[in-house]
Amino acid sequence: MTTEAEDWLEENAMIKRYTKIAIGLHWAIAILIFCAFPLGFYMHDLKLSPAKLHLYSYHKWIGITVLALAILRVLWRITHKPPALHIARWQETASRLVHGLLYLLMLAVPVSGWLMSSAKGVKTVWLGILPLPDLVEKNKALGELLGNVHTALNYTMLLLVLLHVAAALKHHFVDRDDVLLRMLPMKGTP
Amino acid sequence: MKRLAIALALLLSALDASAIEYNQVQLNQSKVSFGYKQMGVPMEGKFGKFAAQVAFDPDRLGSAHARIDIALASVDSGSSDADESVQGKLWFDTKNYPVASFVSTGIRPLGGNRYQATGKLTIKGKTLDVTSPVILTVNGNSAQFDGSFTVKRLSYGVGIGEWTDLDTVADDIQIRFHLVVLASPSSNQQRKTP
Repeated sequence: MTTEAEDWLEENAMIKRYTKIAIGLHWAIAILIFCAFPLGFYMHDLKLSPAKLHLYSYHKWIGITVLALAILRVLWRITHKPPALHIARWQETASRLVHGLLYLLMLAVPVSGWLMSSAKGVKTVWLGILPLPDLVEKNKALGELLGNVHTALNYTMLLLVLLHVAAALKHHFVDRDDVLLRMLPMKGTP
Repeated sequence: MKRLAIALALLLSALDASAIEYNQVQLNQSKVSFGYKQMGVPMEGKFGKFAAQVAFDPDRLGSAHARIDIALASVDSGSSDADESVQGKLWFDTKNYPVASFVSTGIRPLGGNRYQATGKLTIKGKTLDVTSPVILTVNGNSAQFDGSFTVKRLSYGVGIGEWTDLDTVADDIQIRFHLVVLASPSSNQQRKTP
């Protein structure tokens, strides 16, 4: 092994990572959002068919799963301190803001979808098994309003996720710091 | 001659003072709705427009009858996305079959305020026998008839083609009716007649 590689390994071992639970939740939610978002975008304009109703159900089940995992994540975040960042002060402030908004959207996007579904008269039944309560009455105008809210929140989230991913990649490939590594699942994670 | 007929009618009604027939259907207070499951989700729908004729005298069940005609184009499927589709060829085909109808064939008492109605339900040109429990609630000269029964949508050819797959929309459709029927003014008058 070259000294360079040894150095790298040593350096890598010193990186303070997020806990396994935090890393697991981050990537599980990321994957689910990367499924639910394009699915929602695609299914919306389909002609009514059994396939469309299936896709709507899957979209809703994924969304409610994200909501449940996001609640766990918020609880984790409240009870844990994330590993230290060694970046510029303004970057730290910006990342706090974006992370805060992303946490908010991980909750608000599924909740807006759930409420929209209730207002449109379709109960949300998670995995076809667990019925969620209808928090609003059936109301066509409210349903359309919540539909617009759901869309607007999603596009906001899309922008923030792009920013989040771009920043992570920039830190990793341009600055070559440990920002992304903190969230990558690796052997020897504390 | 006319006077004689009226006199006879009065005399007959006096002989049967208990005769009271509910036959004035109050459509604005009545409701025909249905429930079904879509992707495991219970859905509620209703029909905005229907006509109903009822003649019901609890003491003369033999001559009781009811008929309900439903304008299928007035369907509210519970989901506005589906209202248009459900009128199409694969579902109700309202162009060719605009009306679904129920015509009673008999009603028998089950004790207390409970009855069992039988009749013929025609949807999309197909007529099948149905049976429904009916609960009667009398309040002054107003009677409420509540009942519900289950039909299999595929037995009427409703929801065919790609919708034949029962995973998406279940076969069982619960049909519910709530009819408010007033006693006819004439029978009221008859009751007041000494």
